[in-house]
Amino acid sequence: MTTTKAPMKPKHQRLVLLALALAAMAGALALGISALGSSATYFYAPSDVFAKAPAPGEAIRLGGLVQKGSVQRLPDGLTLAFRVTDNARDVPVRYTGIVPDLFREGQGVITEGHFDAQGTFIATSVLAKHDENYMPPEVEGSLHKVQGKVTS
Amino acid sequence: MTDAPETPARSWLTRLAIYGPLLLFAVFVVFVGSQLGRETRVTLTSKLIGQPMPAVNLPGLGDAPGLTSADFKTGKPVLVNVFASWCVPCRVEAPQLAQLTAMGVTVNGIAVRDAPDDVAAFLKTNGNPFARVGLDKTGQTQIALGSSGVPETFVVDGAGIIRYQHIGEIRPEHIELLMAKLAEAGR
Amino acid sequence: MIVELGHAALWLAAAFALLQALAPWLRAPVGDAERWTGLAVPAALAQALLVSLAFGSLVWAFATSDFSVKLVATNSHTMKPMLYKLSGVWGNHEGSMLLWILVMALAGAAVALADSPLGDRFRALVLSMQGLIALGFYAFLLAASNPFERLGVAPTQGNGLNPLLQDPGLAFHPPMLYAGYVGLSVAFAFAVAALLERRVGPAWAAAVRPWVLAAWAALGCGITLGSWWAYYELGWGGYWFWDPVENASLMPWLAATALLHSVAVLAKRDALRNWTILLAVVGFSLSMIGTFVVRSGLLTSVHAFAVDPARGAFLLVLLALYIGGALLLYALRASTVAVGEGFAPVSREGALVANNLLLAAGLGVVFVGSGYPLLVDVLGVGPISVGPPYFNATFGPLMIPLVLLMAVGPFLTWGAARTDKLARKLAVPALLAVGLALYAFAVWDVRAAFSLIGFALSAWLGVATLAILWGRLPWRTPRATWGMALAHLGVAITLFGITASGALTRELLVNLRLGESAEVAGYTMKLVDVAPVAGANWTALEATLDVSRGGQPLTVLHPQARLYTSPMMDTTEAAIHTRINGDLYAVLGKPDGSGRWQLHVWWKPFVVWIWAGGLIMALGGALSMTARASARRGAAQPVGALVAA
Repeated sequence: MTTTKAPMKPKHQRLVLLALALAAMAGALALGISALGSSATYFYAPSDVFAKAPAPGEAIRLGGLVQKGSVQRLPDGLTLAFRVTDNARDVPVRYTGIVPDLFREGQGVITEGHFDAQGTFIATSVLAKHDENYMPPEVEGSLHKVQGKVTS
Repeated sequence: MTDAPETPARSWLTRLAIYGPLLLFAVFVVFVGSQLGRETRVTLTSKLIGQPMPAVNLPGLGDAPGLTSADFKTGKPVLVNVFASWCVPCRVEAPQLAQLTAMGVTVNGIAVRDAPDDVAAFLKTNGNPFARVGLDKTGQTQIALGSSGVPETFVVDGAGIIRYQHIGEIRPEHIELLMAKLAEAGR
Repeated sequence: MIVELGHAALWLAAAFALLQALAPWLRAPVGDAERWTGLAVPAALAQALLVSLAFGSLVWAFATSDFSVKLVATNSHTMKPMLYKLSGVWGNHEGSMLLWILVMALAGAAVALADSPLGDRFRALVLSMQGLIALGFYAFLLAASNPFERLGVAPTQGNGLNPLLQDPGLAFHPPMLYAGYVGLSVAFAFAVAALLERRVGPAWAAAVRPWVLAAWAALGCGITLGSWWAYYELGWGGYWFWDPVENASLMPWLAATALLHSVAVLAKRDALRNWTILLAVVGFSLSMIGTFVVRSGLLTSVHAFAVDPARGAFLLVLLALYIGGALLLYALRASTVAVGEGFAPVSREGALVANNLLLAAGLGVVFVGSGYPLLVDVLGVGPISVGPPYFNATFGPLMIPLVLLMAVGPFLTWGAARTDKLARKLAVPALLAVGLALYAFAVWDVRAAFSLIGFALSAWLGVATLAILWGRLPWRTPRATWGMALAHLGVAITLFGITASGALTRELLVNLRLGESAEVAGYTMKLVDVAPVAGANWTALEATLDVSRGGQPLTVLHPQARLYTSPMMDTTEAAIHTRINGDLYAVLGKPDGSGRWQLHVWWKPFVVWIWAGGLIMALGGALSMTARASARRGAAQPVGALVAA
């Protein structure tokens, strides 16, 4: 079996192609927007948590400073408990794993995870912010990647 | 391969394909343009505005008096400049600080994680615009201030309430803004 | 003094860029009116020479630690190893802008020296566009971010460079990426010149093809290097994060991939004229937007060097002029470009059109994902982040039909393709694809549908691509075919690496005392020692891990927790043992206070295949490029020069 169909007239074909291209872009856009609705992560500061509490289990990012004197290592030696504060309110956080290089009391952190039913934030990753000096965004960008990741 | 100019049928589809990219780009430019100059939200800074200065009790350089909370209850708005001798942008903003002092502004300095000798040398080469300099050897005061880097400059009103935070070096074009914020804090 | 010379050379270079931009438009008052058009070529060469001098003088300032130069004081330190003093030149905003212009000028010189199959007038126009683009960035560099600025008082010591950036992988990452970005500027200039001259057609496509291939290969290398750096330096074994900086380099690469395939269609079948032109414009536009909007921090961060709104406005105006101008020209001229040839749907070109649509859609979803957080932030809904889940859900599914087609396309002929033998040719790849998926299911215990599809597709594409070469004599196979096969094979290898490392990774987080052991994926690690060590500008705690498998000693790993002295900063140095079938990746954490050390160990199967595939893709591109270049007389050398740039 061979396909020996005569090619369409170029002008018509161009229109068909155009329609296809626009449909593909529209499809991609629709796909993107529908995925955004379900997978975009919202960012909360501790005060925001008290103003409008996220549902337990909802994936969010929580950012703030690691409260001074709050970092405790639990007996398993691997889990850290600490509080994240924005100098107004603070939230208890629990994280199992190796914290990033820049994690320290008093330093800014961004944690990803969810709240459990008791109101403790279970972090699956902790990102520390740099502190020494202001840096170009490419460095900022890479620092955001310096993160720990939890054992599944 | 020269093309004989020909006018193909122009359906709305063709037009969309031809002008669409230009249109999309125009939207992009307008969007970016409208964002220029708008500071991106920094979660930690905004929380401090309107809060009282944290307790400060820092030693000074040599025999000079240090920086204490009392220095922020004078009834007059002041600037607090967080700096360090190891920070190059701090060198860059020195003329602007000098200019602010010359305009009658009181500027207090907090030297972060620094040795007294280095701070003295820094102030000698770059000029000393500060009414008071406090040495924050451990960086704890900086953290209490919610400042995450150097240089940063705060506007504190006469009652010791933080009114404004300026992140990064003070460039010549920022002086007007800081003066305005000081005037606002003095009201 | 040398620094001032460099500054002066930069001004002179800008003047030559102006001459280069004007040359084809100048009319000689006497004699042949077009006589001055030829000036573009020497102007491009002079510009390249002068920018090299300027760049060299900045390198000199860094090498000799001349802290009276502000840029050196902010980014360097006497204690830094020489390699990183040099990479510090482009590890900052101003220096990277200068590097951009350097690469652009070298690409201009390559165009000036290469054969010009479309004639001297066309080459002058291409050079004119390049000069015009360069001119804007000279203005930006000289007026708003002068890298040669002196400090009134020279500090005795510099600020240092972020230790994360003190790494060979990252030292060469920006130059490679820039070679790719700037290579796309040649395609952009070709497209604009073609619109001006109304010469969109197969001859144009053949002429622009080597430049697109060179840019594509360099971009691929740059992205691969960056990903590899993230993997071994950031300390948790991730290699791609879908963050804006990475997306900024991926989008031009996707556009370039689509472009090099549509250029092939245009060259062979005279179809997709407008689309190809548009892709050439879009590819470089995305490069510029990527470097100058995202990286200069216009939108991302107040902590950036280029937060100064005046600087941002300047860049935006430049982009608006260049990109807007090109798109306007496209809109005005596109309707006058005659419709090309038509073609049969089942044919090589039909497959390539589908490939283009899928790549464009992929580009679209990446763009939407990267831009959406900015949009939402502006609308005041609150800051959000769009991470891997979004990209996996959108970009992933689009790549499935793409890879399916990639295996079929090369078996189709140009024009209406015969399909009778297709089924037989593809039977073996299909069989092996199902076989690998079943193997993964049964033996590796993989249950995720997405991973099983990934395994099947990688076998499908890999085997089908090998089948193209099967039965051919290597030396009688055209180099372009070799290039295509290598590039497709690279995709199969990368896909396999991504799927396998994603589906089969094993990780272990433990607390060990000295002398204790832990096991991951059959490898036993014994913590033998933790001791302090020191380097040129850092000190570290280094663990000694004896690795054995089945009682047989295998290797010793030395993960470190480093403390850099200038600037002060902690980093973790992962210890990696690479094997063809996977990496052992160990990170030393903090002591827990009772004599135990945290260790995080991963077994990452086939992870090195990801970057091997990336390099093979780039190699395929380079091979294809020389195929074309050697077919025409004498063009090989300048094309080589671009790669070197």
